[in-house]
Amino acid sequence: MSNTANAFKNGKAFIPFITCGDPDLETTGKIVRAMAENGASLIELGIPFSDPTAEGPVIQEANIRALSGGVTTDMIFDFVRELRRDVKIPFVFMTYANVVYSYGTEKFISACADIGVDGIILPDVPFEEKGDFAPVCKKYGVDLISMIAPTSEQRIEMIAKEAEGFIYIVSSLGVTGVRSEIKTDIASIVAAVRKCTDTPCAIGFGISTPEQAHRMASLSDGAIVGSAIVKIAAKYGKDAAPYIGEYVKSMTEAL
Amino acid sequence: MSNGRFGQHGGQYIPETLMNAVIELEEAYNRYKDDPQFNSELTALFNDYAGRPSRLYYAEKLTKTLGGAKIYLKREDLNHTGAHKINNVLGQALLAKKMGKTRLIAETGAGQHGVATATAAALMGMECVVFMGEEDTKRQALNVYRMKLLGSEVVPVTTGTATLKDAVSEAMREWTSRIADTHYCLGSVMGPHPFPTIVRDFQAVISKEIKQQILEKEGRLPDAVMACVGGGSNAIGTFYHFIGDKDVRLIGCEAAGRGIDTFETAATINTGRLGIFHGMKSYFCQDKYGQIAPVYSISAGLDYPGIGPEHAYLHDIGRAEYVAVTDDEAVNAFEFLAKTEGIIPAIESAHAVAHAMKIAPEMDKDRIIVITISGRGDKDCAAIARYRGENIYE
Repeated sequence: MSNTANAFKNGKAFIPFITCGDPDLETTGKIVRAMAENGASLIELGIPFSDPTAEGPVIQEANIRALSGGVTTDMIFDFVRELRRDVKIPFVFMTYANVVYSYGTEKFISACADIGVDGIILPDVPFEEKGDFAPVCKKYGVDLISMIAPTSEQRIEMIAKEAEGFIYIVSSLGVTGVRSEIKTDIASIVAAVRKCTDTPCAIGFGISTPEQAHRMASLSDGAIVGSAIVKIAAKYGKDAAPYIGEYVKSMTEAL
Repeated sequence: MSNGRFGQHGGQYIPETLMNAVIELEEAYNRYKDDPQFNSELTALFNDYAGRPSRLYYAEKLTKTLGGAKIYLKREDLNHTGAHKINNVLGQALLAKKMGKTRLIAETGAGQHGVATATAAALMGMECVVFMGEEDTKRQALNVYRMKLLGSEVVPVTTGTATLKDAVSEAMREWTSRIADTHYCLGSVMGPHPFPTIVRDFQAVISKEIKQQILEKEGRLPDAVMACVGGGSNAIGTFYHFIGDKDVRLIGCEAAGRGIDTFETAATINTGRLGIFHGMKSYFCQDKYGQIAPVYSISAGLDYPGIGPEHAYLHDIGRAEYVAVTDDEAVNAFEFLAKTEGIIPAIESAHAVAHAMKIAPEMDKDRIIVITISGRGDKDCAAIARYRGENIYE
């Protein structure tokens, strides 16, 4: 079992997201520790990209804040290496294909393995294009996380069969961001996934309240929350860590 | 390797949410592209509505003034809506209609593709939303008004550099959130497969006509065909039927902005490197960490950090040449063509004219060049006046 999958060993997983370097890496470090202390099972670390096409306005703005602050992929690698001395829960990077490809896929993925990042999520790399990344990820033991969307339908089996670590189920159409209601028939998507694999499933996109997290986690193995956390980061800036810690606590307790 | 590759370029680098939508589009396109009924409907739209075939005009005064190769202009500026964009849009709108879609969304830079999409939507009774960088809505205010007049909604995009690339990103985001009734009418030979192929096929009518027309007029093929390149749709349309004719030089003219040795440039082949963005693997202007560069050109239509995957491939194999043309050179050509031929080209097309002004005088008089005038320049007059220090507004 990969370290990523370990996040699902002890019941439902709560997976928070944060954009590295928003507004600076020192703050991100405090936020990640606050998340870990308050029961996060796995943390998604966003490497900012100039043009994040799968993100709604909240995470787009976080990307801009981070990049204007001058953060780079190399700085994030050094930061995670440092973080790994005391934070032991699994980490996955969430970024875009070009950030990895342009850096050099092998150089990037081997660095992940070296600094202790367990997986990677690339929202602009669907099943058909994973050949650019999957063999390198396999070589270095880094999970390439697969995504399944409400529109996946007959594609679910193909994706689920080759999934590693965990499966990221996209709760609804559209980009990341808080939604008042999630209408997708998630239960049937999870059922279709379960037919083909034991790989755990976590649901993301649009989750912000403890009630939503509870509902989504009850339908699957965990809940992923990004925009709601990034909103707190935007509101409190360098002082955001305790507020995010408190939020993560309320969410993990609700699961 | 996945579908839709041109050498190493192309592919489908998009969110899983959109995968079935592009697969559905590919299946529909494969079903209709050789369908006689579809093609007769499209030909009727091309001829009776858009005014095809567009003229191939011998620019005698331009030729004599430059004193070298014989220059022909392929007059895509004479099409309905004033640019080559209508060729692709009529094809895609007809296809979308056959697929049962009732709503078109599109990105636009200069506004020509937005206007063409709004036009087709009006004609076919479809809803239409156009995404346009806020910066471009200012540069091309008249086109914003035209789209609204045609019944479309125009959404100003404020993210990033508020130009064409951000309009593409926003249109992709919109498509992710509403797929069932919506077709994304992409305006260039870029984005995920099957768009680069579909758009090329609809624009290939340009080179198909050039070939027939030049054979009628000259009894031989041209020595070079030239076009401006942003994403590259009028260029691939101009090149396509000549790719197999090895003696015909294919020349794409990129926007160098203030120069390829500055950061204020949009010349992708000349300054970019291999990357993955907006659904495709191709060349992109980017920094060492893969962050997409905030490109610049006076031309809103060429102000894009990438290039279509088929162009990237034609560059790799050395079949096509891609040269860089600065703002200054393009503005000079804009004015020069107006004065010598009485034709005001789009500032985009003026990039191709500018390069012809460099190479034509060096060529023998029995040589033949065809320049595609992809659009007309009415939309640019106010901006060029301002560039020359005359403070006029539309």
